[in-house]
Amino acid sequence: MSIMTEVTIFVLAVFVGFEVISKVPTTLHTPLMSQTNAIHGIVMLGGLIVLGYADDGLEYVIGTIAVAFGAINIVGGFLVTDRMLAMFAKKPKPKADADGKGGAGK
Amino acid sequence: MTSLAVLEPGGSAATALYIVSFSLFILGLKQGTHPTTAKRGNLIAAAGMAVAVLTTLLLDGMGNWGLIAIGLAAGSAIGAYASIKVKMTEMPQMVALYNGVGGGAVALIAWSEIRHGISLGGPMPLESLIPTLFAAIVGSVSFWGSNIAFGKLQEVIPTRPMAVPGQQIINAILGIGVIVVAVIIAIDNDPPSQGLFILILVAAAILGNLVVLPIGGADMPVVISLLNAFTGLSAAAAGFALENVALIVAGTLVGSSGTILTLEMATAMNRSVSNILFAGFGGAPAAVAGSGEQRPVTSIGAQDAAIKLAYADTVVIVPGYGLAVAQAQHAVKEMANQLEARGVTVNYAIHPVAGRMPGHMNVLLAEADVPYEQLKEMEEINPEMSRTDVSVVIGANDVTNPAAKNDPDSPIAGMPIIEVSEANEVIVIKRSLSTGFAGIDNDLFYEPNTSMLFADAKAAASEIAAEIEQL
Repeated sequence: MSIMTEVTIFVLAVFVGFEVISKVPTTLHTPLMSQTNAIHGIVMLGGLIVLGYADDGLEYVIGTIAVAFGAINIVGGFLVTDRMLAMFAKKPKPKADADGKGGAGK
Repeated sequence: MTSLAVLEPGGSAATALYIVSFSLFILGLKQGTHPTTAKRGNLIAAAGMAVAVLTTLLLDGMGNWGLIAIGLAAGSAIGAYASIKVKMTEMPQMVALYNGVGGGAVALIAWSEIRHGISLGGPMPLESLIPTLFAAIVGSVSFWGSNIAFGKLQEVIPTRPMAVPGQQIINAILGIGVIVVAVIIAIDNDPPSQGLFILILVAAAILGNLVVLPIGGADMPVVISLLNAFTGLSAAAAGFALENVALIVAGTLVGSSGTILTLEMATAMNRSVSNILFAGFGGAPAAVAGSGEQRPVTSIGAQDAAIKLAYADTVVIVPGYGLAVAQAQHAVKEMANQLEARGVTVNYAIHPVAGRMPGHMNVLLAEADVPYEQLKEMEEINPEMSRTDVSVVIGANDVTNPAAKNDPDSPIAGMPIIEVSEANEVIVIKRSLSTGFAGIDNDLFYEPNTSMLFADAKAAASEIAAEIEQL
């Protein structure tokens, strides 16, 4: 891939990013930030490539840590976003005092 | 080395699968525009990630499967455990932590790329050397900066701004120094120097620490958002170095979204991003608030508040940072339930910077089962305020201060506010008359239609709920 092809892709992605994200309402900004956070876990691909082709001691260490970091980023990021968004989904109206936190005071 | 050996690296099949992957990311983000589709959108994006990871694992010549399995298993276990355990109030520091590891991974990958370049001998092509250096610097800043942000939000590190004398100058020297050394590596590139490269990683690490340490807790959301954008861009840079289209597109998407969110937050606070980063202002001790003269306020108890609320037709609740700190969201929801049972219409007015990150208040209220439809954005609720009987301000301060509108000399002049005083009556639940993080007096407290209920947000909301029940 030539460098100018890469730059073309980059510039187009900037516009797509602005276009898509600016339509997300403020209400959903925390899950959005969490989801984009999970998406940059894509760097794990770089870690996998480094580790998959590594052939000396230091490379093994760097690669394994990079893969582990990336996996934390991806798995944690998507799961926690899912947890948050599940709360926004419509629920069958539960009795709100069930969790005891808000209880009837004293 | 054995390989699953199907896809040629950089070949059409692998690239096609990477295109599928980033298309799924974009689709997933598009679905994030509405709460009913957002959950599915997140799953679509996760599916895109799965495609990208599998594609990479199938590249020809890959080996070291044992280490790959260890890295994947350890990282997934830590990530899953943390994401299940975390409380919703701790979401900002969770995002900071995930952001940090992402940045750390980028910096490590860049290091490995440099070593790879050296092992090939001769000069490294500039179109991979430059993005590698960029990824290393930004990744390292992001890793350390995010860890400090995490530490501050988790209160492992003091949240107050911490600055050493001459901080700005030290930062400037470090920043310029890093760039100069990077340029030297690029010029004296035959092969690139690993020693100088490690120097860059370390200097960028110190810079990441020094830039975030002086920033106060209240400004941390902006910082996290900015670091999120940084990590995205550094991932894109790693994509340039590795010629990987999935990394370029995904990293860039995150870079632009982080940039938008950062700018929106700064606008909502009516401050520039550079002011937030370099002024050491957020969370500063309330410096001489006003003239110090005692102005009369109307103070009421939970019972009076309950009566005012119970006999209203429409109530707007304005939650703020203090509500999150007091973990009062469930108590507030209970109060709203009591009001709704009496036929009162209840809505919530959410200022863009309420809570500890944008939209954080919405997550906390959603956790307490507040219906999405009742969460109103500032632009939506302000025109309704004049038709509101009672507005209840819980743990919010600066975002309701009329000085932002009326006093051009106020430090927060021009900041959009929720116009609570337009309502017939205002109840402010707050522990004392102390100032918000802007360190200025709030004229709202002294207006004739304002009643102050001095109490902890959670205790007060529970008490009011109990009182309403007994009416």
